[in-house]
Amino acid sequence: MNRVVITGLGVAAPNGVGIADFTTAIKNGVSGVRYCKELEDLNFSCRIGGIPVVPEELKQQYLTPLQLKNFNSSGILYGCIAGTDAWKDAGLPINTTDTPDWDSGTVFGTAVSGVDKFREAIYKLDAGNVRTLGSTAVLQTMASGISAYLSGLLGLGNLVTTNSSACSTGTEAILMGFERIQAGKAKRMLVGGCSDHGPYLWGGFDALRVITYKHNDSPEKASRPMSATASGFVPGSGAGALLLESLSSAMERNAKIYGEVLGGAVNAGGQRGDGSMTAPNSMAVQRCIHNAIENAGINANEIDLINGHLTATVKDAAEVKNWTTALNRKGDNFPYIHSLKSMIGHCLGAAGAIESVAAVLGLKEGFIFPSINCEDVHPEIAALIATDKIPDKMIESDTLQTIAKASFGFGDVNACVIFRKYSA
Amino acid sequence: MNKEALIVSLKEIVKPYVRNDEGFANLTEETDFLNDLKINSANLVDVILDIETAYDIIIDNESMEKMLTVKAAMDIITSKLSEK
Repeated sequence: MNRVVITGLGVAAPNGVGIADFTTAIKNGVSGVRYCKELEDLNFSCRIGGIPVVPEELKQQYLTPLQLKNFNSSGILYGCIAGTDAWKDAGLPINTTDTPDWDSGTVFGTAVSGVDKFREAIYKLDAGNVRTLGSTAVLQTMASGISAYLSGLLGLGNLVTTNSSACSTGTEAILMGFERIQAGKAKRMLVGGCSDHGPYLWGGFDALRVITYKHNDSPEKASRPMSATASGFVPGSGAGALLLESLSSAMERNAKIYGEVLGGAVNAGGQRGDGSMTAPNSMAVQRCIHNAIENAGINANEIDLINGHLTATVKDAAEVKNWTTALNRKGDNFPYIHSLKSMIGHCLGAAGAIESVAAVLGLKEGFIFPSINCEDVHPEIAALIATDKIPDKMIESDTLQTIAKASFGFGDVNACVIFRKYSA
Repeated sequence: MNKEALIVSLKEIVKPYVRNDEGFANLTEETDFLNDLKINSANLVDVILDIETAYDIIIDNESMEKMLTVKAAMDIITSKLSEK
């Protein structure tokens, strides 16, 4: 089976668009959560969110004026930015020939995308003006919109598809691309996830009362994974992208290698036991982690760092408990653990992808980004692991070798991927 | 509106959709939207919506199907304007 390495990264995150700005932000614990007037105007309980800052000039670097005409799908925009950046970061040329690149494909996921475009279309349609929807209402609202846009931008000729598994989407996409390269069906897979921003996507979560309404006046303090005062997640948006490549293809091109995907696993809890549509089945979570470690061919003790799902809800303690059980490690023997959501909120379908970009940057550069807003560790978590395993400041580490990244989603679905520093 | 003025305004409307600059530079009444300007066929509906807005007319489906050249577009616009 082919070894699979990461040769390119791209990101559009609430605390940094582009790898350079994002790296600086995550090293310094910079929050991208801000007050959103639109949410207040619409009577949301939660009036904050994480939205990548993308000025008009930046959009024009990725999409043509024609593509931007009547364009109203923020998730697709973020995905195009992250995906194109990852491709270029890998040193790959944009395909300008008439022949598709048969060896390159994409699995680029989304949980929901195109909601603003869909809303616009529904208003026109309900007014009896279906004929005025224009040519792109379908393209911007179809589930596979993002993979279709990316394929067109890059000329991809291998598998081009969009996966969707709620908040585990981004991590699942990485594993789908990984397996395809491992099996020799593609040389390069652009993998990742994207998510829209705004009230029409976030409203359902506000109604579920799972997003925090306690920090409208202190947005940067709002997302508090593993904290005793965690009070719900902060809605986020954006996209993350990784260019996965077979080791042999990367060597042939003499490409820069960020790290290796050793393996991983996806599974589901079947909404049985303590699992439900909105809560994870602990047995399944533990099994997913266990299977990922086994698939990667490593020992649980080799894991140096957990990049958790950890959304800042009451479920954080249960997640940490699941890690301690699955790894059979606790207290001082537990690996470092952190949550990028502390800085950017929960980017839903993009979460696993953006968080994996952060993980891989840490591996390559040798740092563990801080998990902010956790000065008051939840007592149930403090009873399980040594609290200094949750870094409140960046830790520089030249011994960081192996990271486990997991994501869990509504529908009781799980994904866990194991990244390792590359060594020949 | 005279012919020349109509062509000038039509040219402005189709400009964002054109994928063949040479065809656009040499645009005449005989120019075919798909073959000469290489406009994506899906974008024809956008061209027509833009024409409707610009001239404040409604172009029915039958007329729409015929609107494949500059000349056809001019004829339809002129006829719709005269009905107003």
